[in-house]
This record gives sequence, structure tokens and C-alpha cells, in this order.
Amino acid sequence: MHPTFFYRNRDIAGFTNPSRAIFAAIRELVENSLDAAESQKIPPEIYVRLSFEGEATKETQIYKLHVEDNGSGIQPRFIPSAFGQVLFGSKYKLKQTRGTFGLGGKMAVLYGQITTHQPAYVTSSTGQAKIYSFKLMMDIQRNRPIILDRKVMINKENWRGTIVEFTLEGDYLRAMPKILDYFKQTAMVNPYANLTFVDPKGRLYKFTRATSEMPEPPKETLPHPYGVDVELLQRLITVTNYTNMADFLTGHFHRVGPITALKFLIFSDLITFTCAEHGKIPSDQIKLVENRPVCPTCGKEAQSSSKNPKRLSHEEIVRLMQNLKKYKDFLPPDASCLSPLGEELLKAGVEKELSPEYLVVHQRKPSTYAGHPFIVEMAIAYGGGVPKRGSFVIYRFANKIPLLYDEASDVSYRVISAMNWRRYKVAPDMPIAIVIHICSTKVPYKTVGKEFIADRPEVRREEANALREVARQLQHFLSRQEHVHMEKKRLGIFGKYLPKIAQFSATLAGQERVPDVDKLLKSVQKYGAEES
Amino acid sequence: MVQKKVKIIEKRNEVLGGLKKFGAQMYNQLDEGVFPTINMPSRGTDNIAYDATLRQYILGEKNVSRSARNIRHIKPFTQLAWAAMFSNELTSQRKTSTLRDVYYSAQAYDMTFTDQQESNNIITDLETLTGFAREDFHIFPEERSAIFGDLDIGYTVPGYEGKTLNLTSHPDGVLIGPALTSSELIHTRADKVIAIEKGALFTRFIEENVHNKHHALLISCGGQAPRQTRSFIRRLHDELNLPVYILTDGDPWGMHIAQVIISGSANAAHLRDLNTPDAVWSGVWASDIIEYKLPTDPLDEVDIKRLYELQKDPRYQTDPIWQKEIKLFLKIKRKAEQEAFSRYGLTYIVDEYLPTKLKN
Repeated sequence: MHPTFFYRNRDIAGFTNPSRAIFAAIRELVENSLDAAESQKIPPEIYVRLSFEGEATKETQIYKLHVEDNGSGIQPRFIPSAFGQVLFGSKYKLKQTRGTFGLGGKMAVLYGQITTHQPAYVTSSTGQAKIYSFKLMMDIQRNRPIILDRKVMINKENWRGTIVEFTLEGDYLRAMPKILDYFKQTAMVNPYANLTFVDPKGRLYKFTRATSEMPEPPKETLPHPYGVDVELLQRLITVTNYTNMADFLTGHFHRVGPITALKFLIFSDLITFTCAEHGKIPSDQIKLVENRPVCPTCGKEAQSSSKNPKRLSHEEIVRLMQNLKKYKDFLPPDASCLSPLGEELLKAGVEKELSPEYLVVHQRKPSTYAGHPFIVEMAIAYGGGVPKRGSFVIYRFANKIPLLYDEASDVSYRVISAMNWRRYKVAPDMPIAIVIHICSTKVPYKTVGKEFIADRPEVRREEANALREVARQLQHFLSRQEHVHMEKKRLGIFGKYLPKIAQFSATLAGQERVPDVDKLLKSVQKYGAEES
Repeated sequence: MVQKKVKIIEKRNEVLGGLKKFGAQMYNQLDEGVFPTINMPSRGTDNIAYDATLRQYILGEKNVSRSARNIRHIKPFTQLAWAAMFSNELTSQRKTSTLRDVYYSAQAYDMTFTDQQESNNIITDLETLTGFAREDFHIFPEERSAIFGDLDIGYTVPGYEGKTLNLTSHPDGVLIGPALTSSELIHTRADKVIAIEKGALFTRFIEENVHNKHHALLISCGGQAPRQTRSFIRRLHDELNLPVYILTDGDPWGMHIAQVIISGSANAAHLRDLNTPDAVWSGVWASDIIEYKLPTDPLDEVDIKRLYELQKDPRYQTDPIWQKEIKLFLKIKRKAEQEAFSRYGLTYIVDEYLPTKLKN
């Protein structure tokens, strides 16, 4: 992607207008920071400051954005390109991250430069002896970083992390509610992070971690054959060192071994076989004995040869992509590349930000859609700090980032609406918050803006099952609570009337001493305890 | 006279004793560490039956149990205990109260009744449990009936003890209220009681000197006679040996006003001595309508429906006059008010009709 492309298409990257832009910039940098800390299993410590620099137009102002983290840091030689050059996605391996190929951060810096014509400052250290500081601008036409200044400092205190600072034009006042929502919800789904935000008015918002436990960082994985597209195939072919299709498939794809590769190549007619005695064998006549190709005539092992991937024509690449999706016998992807929050952490996060009266969380087993593994995590919070709105409060997360826009278009909204809540004795006017987290190597966003999840049957099914599970537990809680309530009421009635009967009967019988009803009251209490 | 006074004090002691017994029962149960429980006759419709010997409705064998152990019973149970205590207070201090007053007094003890009906029910429970009428506990409804005639009474209410009153003292009649019903009946020159459905005719009778001409005590029932009026009529009959005649409108409703004075109501099946079985319904009968050619109105649907109901009512099976008159009403399909006699002049009813009827 070239910067001029972004320049012309800022809408799809989330920089639609001055208020969305400021929200998007903060969000992209915070997410990079969270990824940088989490990849090292370091509890994130993120400090964000937005300060007023001056008026720009009637509606917009110039702000300086400062984002500081304690993440992995960036090697000095990568710093200029990490912030001053928009690259093609350079990863041929997949793992669950918040951002997509780190593009978002660059977009933010680029947006800043476009709107204010000011350089960006990046300071980083990987915790080694030195701290590197760059003053950068981007040559938009040539897509190259321009280093305006570079400093090296001694890292006396073994600091590790990254500080990014740049100016941008935006409308903070309008963006404020979303930004504060963003921090609160980020804190909910990252309960091990300390988040600090100082806004242009100098107001401090602090979200303190509730735990230092962290989920296992995701492992890198190769793309699964069901999940590839032509563009990825072409990029892999460009960089590959393998000279035949069998090795190419085995080396670049997840869950593809030599036997699977062989069978797939036979299936898609991309392999030829030769017998030492009978010459060439068409691939639809080859026999497999103990997974080895055998000449159908003499039964001796045949030699196979497949094409050099670099020699595939465009049509062949397209057909390869189609066959990869069509072939039924690839093993499903495993989920080690995912890093779900886990029930304990999700619980801690929701507890911390909502302090509900009752909370239930549930994590589904990994599932896949179109070759991409995903896991759905769900929580229902009831009462306590959960607001009563007349409808459920829905918190949506994907790969541990909050989704704040287009709630009604999200698959989860449909799943929640389609649910027969009466069956679970749940009414929409109850103080209920539903928290949905989906994590995947490729979150099925409907649009480039990363705002809502597409309605894919596999995702819908997983969300519906998770929702049913937590709703069932909520129902148990509600009926238990009702029972306790009734029991309390029952005891209250005895507690109210028995002493009165004692008093009235004493007066009526002309007795000075009022009989003691404590024992009777205890007896109903004991009985009540047995009942429940 | 001394005897009569003793009787009233005795009655009060009996009532107080009954209440105290209930109190002691609850007290002892609580003291022994058990939930107080009471048994009393059921007032369900299936437990109400007409007793031909007593000539009134009575409650059957069926009992209901109320226990403070039961979550649904404990509130009415407490209300009942409170009502007993409150009645005890009223009776021993000789103060009076009304049903409405009971409803509000309860609130002073943090004993709320949902509505008037609930507190009325509790008072009825207390009547059933003790066998005394609420008037015995000094709880009275609003008074609206009156008595006039040559009867000397002696007050027993505080502040009036020893004072007497002749019931001809006031030409509007004397209100039949707690002070009167708790009085001793000292002396009368009357030889009969005439109970009249409506106040207008009662006044006419006083004006026309009926009490002297016929030696009668006149009672205005004010429609359906209140319980204390019915109980007072019974006392006039029992204590003074006076026959009782009842004059009502000539329609099913008037007929039933007379019947309730004679045979009582199902609602009061748990009580005794509220009815006067020997009292006589003297008119206006359906046959009077024909005989006296009274101006009439047609019976409407509700009247006819009511007549068929009364036809089956056990109280209407005792004296053949009832069935005969019901049939006649249904035949002529007309009804007449007491005032219908005015077509023959203001004094006709007193001078002609009444003597004839009393003679029968």
C-alpha cells in the first residue's frame, strides 16, 4: 500500500473526520503498545497524553499526541521504516495481533504529518545499553522515511519501551466520549494493563490493573490452505526458496505435510509421475500404496515431480487458490496461534470495570471459519455497577480491542436479538451487560474500519452457543436470587408478626412478661435453610 | 331492676372472659415454644345451614385452623390477636368504636389492614372465635335506626349511670346506638313492637299518635335493619315479652327485610340472638295490594329474579304465608310501597289498615 493511496482513502482506515481521526490515532498507537508489551508477556504500562497546541479551523484544533509504553521496543535500524514508510505487509506467518501488520500506527503518524506538516518523534529502547531517538518525516511521493535528527543516549536505568510523539489535527471535544469509552473498555479486556490518559484539559483518567497474570502470548503460525487468497499466494511465490510445489506447500502452509501435499497435488493435477520402466503416468492413474506413489502397471515406486512455483501462470495460481479451498482433507487449523483472554482474566476485567453483582464467563473451544481459527469468549454481568438502560449493554471486543461503532450491524447484536430471553427469565429492562470477545488470526471484520464482525455462520453459531451457556447460568443465579429474596421476605414476615402476637397476647392475658419468640424465629430460619 | 343490671355486667364479664381466654391460649402456646394455633368454625358457604329448630342459619361441624406457623396465616392471625386486644380494651374501658375506626386504630400498632374489608373480616373472625357479636366488643356500625315509644331505659354507659330516659322524650325518636343497646329496659306500658322499614312512615306514625292508640313501641329500621337493631328487637321481645310486627314495602326487598329480622342472615350464622323468630311480617303483602287496591308499579326483572331466589330460600319454607305471597307477587307482577296508602288520605294506614293487620 502506498501512502498516496492512504491519502486518497483515509475514510476506510478510520480517519473519516476530525473527531474519528483523533480517536483512530489514539487507538492505533495504544494497540501497537499493547501488542508490544504482550508479545514479551510484560504487563503493559501505557501512558497517553493529548495536549492542545493551537486552533486549526473553526471546528478543529491541533493536538500533540504522546504515547509511551513499556513494550518490547524497536531495534534502531527498524525505527525509521516502522514509522516513516508504509510497507506491504511483510509477514508470511500469522498470529493473533490487535493491529493489522502494524499499519494503523503508520497511518496515524502519516495523518498527523498530512494535517500539520510537523515531524514525528520516536524514542525507543529494547532494554539494551542505548536509547535511540529519531525525528522523522515521511516522503509521501517516494514512500521513504526522512531522518531529520537522530540521537543516542545511554540507557542508565535499563528502560525498555517506545515513545511516539506527533501532532495532528482533530476535534477532541466531539471525540471525547468515544475515547473515554475506548479506554474503559480496553481496561476491561486487558485487566493486566495500567492505562493512563491525560486529556487536553489536563484531566487524568487512570485505569489500574487488577492482576499481573497474562494470557499466553500467541505463537506464530503459517497460513492455513483454506484461508489463502491469490494475493498471499503471489507474495509467497515471490519470496519462496522452494523449487517444487510439494516443498512449497509443506514449507509455507499450516497443517500440510509431505503426504497431504502429495495427495493435494494429485487432486489438483499439479504433479507428474514417471515409472523407470513404463515412463510417464498421468496423475489420475497413479496408485498410492502406504502413501507412496506406485506405478499401476508394475507396482514399482514412481518418481514424482512438481512444478517450480515461480513458474506458475496467473491462471494456475488462481486455480491453485480455488483447489486449496475445495480440497476436503486438510486438517483443521490448531488454535495455538490464538491468545484468548481466558475465563479468569475476562472475569477480572469485567469485575474491575463494572463491579457487577453477578458475573459469569464462558470460553468456547476453538473453531474455524474459512481456514482461520477463532475463539469466542462471553460474559454476562448483572446488577451492581451495570447500568439499567431498558436494553442490554453490549461490549464487543475483537483480539482484545473494543469495537465502538456500528453495534447494530454486528453479528453479536443479531445473536443477542434472536435469543429467546424469556426462556431464561431475563427481561431487557434488567441491568445486564453482555461482553463478547472474539479472537482470531483474522477477525472477520465486515469493513476495513474494524468496527463490526461479519455475520458468518460459524461465528454466529459459536456466539449463540456461548450466549446460551452464560444465559443459562444467569438464569440459575436469578432464580436462586429470587428464592433467597422470597426466603428473606418469609423470615421478615415471621420476624414482624411473631413478636406482635407475643405482645398482644400478653396484654390480653394480663401478663407482665412477654413470651420469648426467639426460639420460634430460629426454628423457621432453620427450616428455611433446609428448604433452600 | 337490680337483676337486669347484673345481667348486663355479667354479659360484659363473659365477653371479657372470652377474649382473655383467647389471649391466655396464645400466651401459653408461645410460652411453651409452640406456634399459636386456633380452631374455629368455618364460615364457608358449604358450612352454613338453616336450622329449623333455632329458626336461623347456623354454622356446621366444619372447622378451620389458623396457625402462626403458616406464612399465609400469620398476618391475619396477628390481626386477630390485635383485634382481640383492642376489643378487650374497648370493652373493659366501656368505650365504643366503629368498623372504620378499627381500620385506623390498627395503624397505631403498625398493624396495617389492606382495606376496610380485611379489617371487617378479622372482626367477623373474632365473632366466630368467641361467639360474641362485635357490638358486645363495643364495635358498632354507623347508626341509622331509631325507636320511639313509652319505654323507660336506664343507661349503663360511663357518665350516664343511673340516668333514665323515656323513649317518647324526643319526637324524632331515639337513635338505636351503643348507649341505648347497652341500657337496661326498665319499664314499658306498650304491649307490642312495630318495626317499620322506612323513616318517613315511622315519623308519620309518631305524628298520628300510633304509640298511644295502639300501645306500641315504634322502630325505624332504615332499610335493612342493622345488627344492633335486630338484637335490640330480640331483647324487647325476650325481656319485655312484647310481640313484634314488621311493616315493609310490598315487594321482594321489603319482604326480605322482615325475613332477616325474623330469621337472621347467612352472614351472621356464627352468632345467636340477632333474630326474633316470633316476629310477624304484617305487610304490605301482595294480597293487600289487591284487597286495598293500592297504586302499584310493575315488578322489574331484578324483582322477579329475586322472588324466584326467595322461593327456594329455606327461611321462606317455615310459614306458608311466604310462599303464598311470593306466588301472588309473581302472578300480579306488581309492587306497592308503604306510602301507597296515602291515596286514601294521610290517616288511613293508621286508622284502617293497621288495626286490621294487627288483629290478624
